[in-house]
Amino acid sequence: MDWQDFLSVLPFIIVAGWATILLLVDLWIPANRKGITAGLAVLGLIAAIAAVISRFGIEREAFDGMIIVDGFSSFLQLLFLGVGVIAIAQAYDYLRRRDIERGEYYILLLYSLSGMLLMASAGDLIVVFLAVELLSIPLYVLAAFAIPKADSEESALKYFLLGAFASGFLVYGIALVFGSTGTTALSGMVAAIESAETTPILLLVGSGMILVGLGFKVAAVPFHMWTPDVYQGAPTSVTSFMAVGAKAGGFAALLRIFISALPGAAVMWMPLTMWIAALTMAWGNIAAISQTNIKRMLAYSSIAHAGYIFMALPAAATPEVAPEAVRAALFYLVTYAITNLGAWGVVLAMEKAEGSGLEIEDYSGLGKKRPALALAMALFMLSLTGIPPTVGFMGKFYLFQVVIDANLIWLALVGVVTSLISAYYYLRVIVVMYMRDGEPEVRSEALLNSTIFITAFGTFFFGILPGFLLKMINQVSLLDLFR
Amino acid sequence: MTIDLVLFFGLALIAVVAAIAMIASRNAVYSALFLVFNFLTVATLYLLLNAAFIAVVQVTVYAGAIMVLFLFVIMLLGTERESIGGRIRWQMPLSIVLGLALAGELAYVLLRNDIVQGPLADLTVEFGSPASIGRVLFNEYLVPFEVTSILLLVAMIGAIVITRKQREEGK
Repeated sequence: MDWQDFLSVLPFIIVAGWATILLLVDLWIPANRKGITAGLAVLGLIAAIAAVISRFGIEREAFDGMIIVDGFSSFLQLLFLGVGVIAIAQAYDYLRRRDIERGEYYILLLYSLSGMLLMASAGDLIVVFLAVELLSIPLYVLAAFAIPKADSEESALKYFLLGAFASGFLVYGIALVFGSTGTTALSGMVAAIESAETTPILLLVGSGMILVGLGFKVAAVPFHMWTPDVYQGAPTSVTSFMAVGAKAGGFAALLRIFISALPGAAVMWMPLTMWIAALTMAWGNIAAISQTNIKRMLAYSSIAHAGYIFMALPAAATPEVAPEAVRAALFYLVTYAITNLGAWGVVLAMEKAEGSGLEIEDYSGLGKKRPALALAMALFMLSLTGIPPTVGFMGKFYLFQVVIDANLIWLALVGVVTSLISAYYYLRVIVVMYMRDGEPEVRSEALLNSTIFITAFGTFFFGILPGFLLKMINQVSLLDLFR
Repeated sequence: MTIDLVLFFGLALIAVVAAIAMIASRNAVYSALFLVFNFLTVATLYLLLNAAFIAVVQVTVYAGAIMVLFLFVIMLLGTERESIGGRIRWQMPLSIVLGLALAGELAYVLLRNDIVQGPLADLTVEFGSPASIGRVLFNEYLVPFEVTSILLLVAMIGAIVITRKQREEGK
């Protein structure tokens, strides 16, 4: 253990430590000026971004393999921190409007982010479990932030109970995998499986349970039941953060555990992940059709997108395709994050103080009243469908290509067909905005508008010129450390 | 050797009696106190096995923290007296079946003594001592240890955030 080990976890230390300091500083910030807390929180995130960038390209294991620093972790950490900055900017005005503004919001958000950062660089199943908890527990509280509003309470309670249930699966799975391989270190598991010193049945049940536990976190079918209710009931700014951050965090763990630590057991998890991917894509998109509430619609949409990203796992079971599959999943995660943050931003702008204005019908006439906002929303909807010239198209294109390379043509077909189905409900929003007459009541808040603008720009820019992003992702290699 | 055996059987008897009394007691507070008593006896059994660390943890965590929480909940909810009307009908037969199954499993593991003997031979006197646990915790498991402390802090903040709002509402 030397100073380099501590440098390896510096982003995590900065974010978690800054949250703890901010907790005390917040006591001296008057209740009507909590914007200062938000600003300070963003400063901490910027420092963490600098820390990640400064060690970009370094690959090493720290703390006896507990922490892994590589392109995969650095890339995801940048994504998480970027999501954090936007989530804080989106929350600021919204919290004031709903009269639930308190400094602890930003502090809990920072703690949740620190869990995500840890998840990206976890090299041991114990660290994975702790990171999942550190990511989730602040989210349970944030979902309850609008207490005593009944829907917020319901959302938090459902999320908490099912999340705790899922954590039980995860930790039991970890215990069984430990029983089978004799180690919790991911690198040690690779060696144990290669030397065939494992108990296959324990490994099968254990990795299956890990899959269930993390499947809950990313809202994959059949572990998705909580998603619509939780997303609908939680304060919208929390939903935005949870839909993007928690999902990316769950996938960080899934990719790391299954692709880099358990490739030797691919025969076991490949069929499971394949069916989960297919079912998730199909059910998420079909159930979204009948939704009239925009938050529920986006919740089912997020389930469907979890299915698309899940396709990377069965594809990665083919060793030659595995590196590309990881990159495609990362690219899709960025795509999903940019587009979804933007779409939720528009929902935030449309929501009225008492929590109404969330029906898709309420968007009637938006095209006339606020053309720029409607254009941005149209762009996000096209991107979620996967229509060029948006980043969503590039993400789906890359991912489907990888799946076909892995010879899973039928899975790619399911992906294409379900994308076609999804066009129906995404395009309906555009139709309502432009073709129906109405007088929508829209907010215009500087910070919120700028996040919508930035994400809309990103959706468009990376849709035409994805080269920069691809170049960055091409440096990511998940597999080198253990070989 | 004989002193050890006498101590063991004495403590084991107390532990079993306390456990039965805990179930049989009609008053929930008495039940909780009997459970504390049971935990303390088991902690002493750990001491006999030269496992000082586990003994202390058993007392502070189980007999201390968790049972105090239980007592708080029982007293705050005012459910000292058993108020639930009839018992669930299939509860008794089910518990007998499950209890017998557990006893059978335990007997199987203990009688197949080849499982127990292997790793025990390698243990040193140091094993499980507070000093050696501390060394492992602060070297090998430093990261999980520190993350756990952050996790507990977050849980504490979360609990306060959720409950404080309700108190303001009650004013």
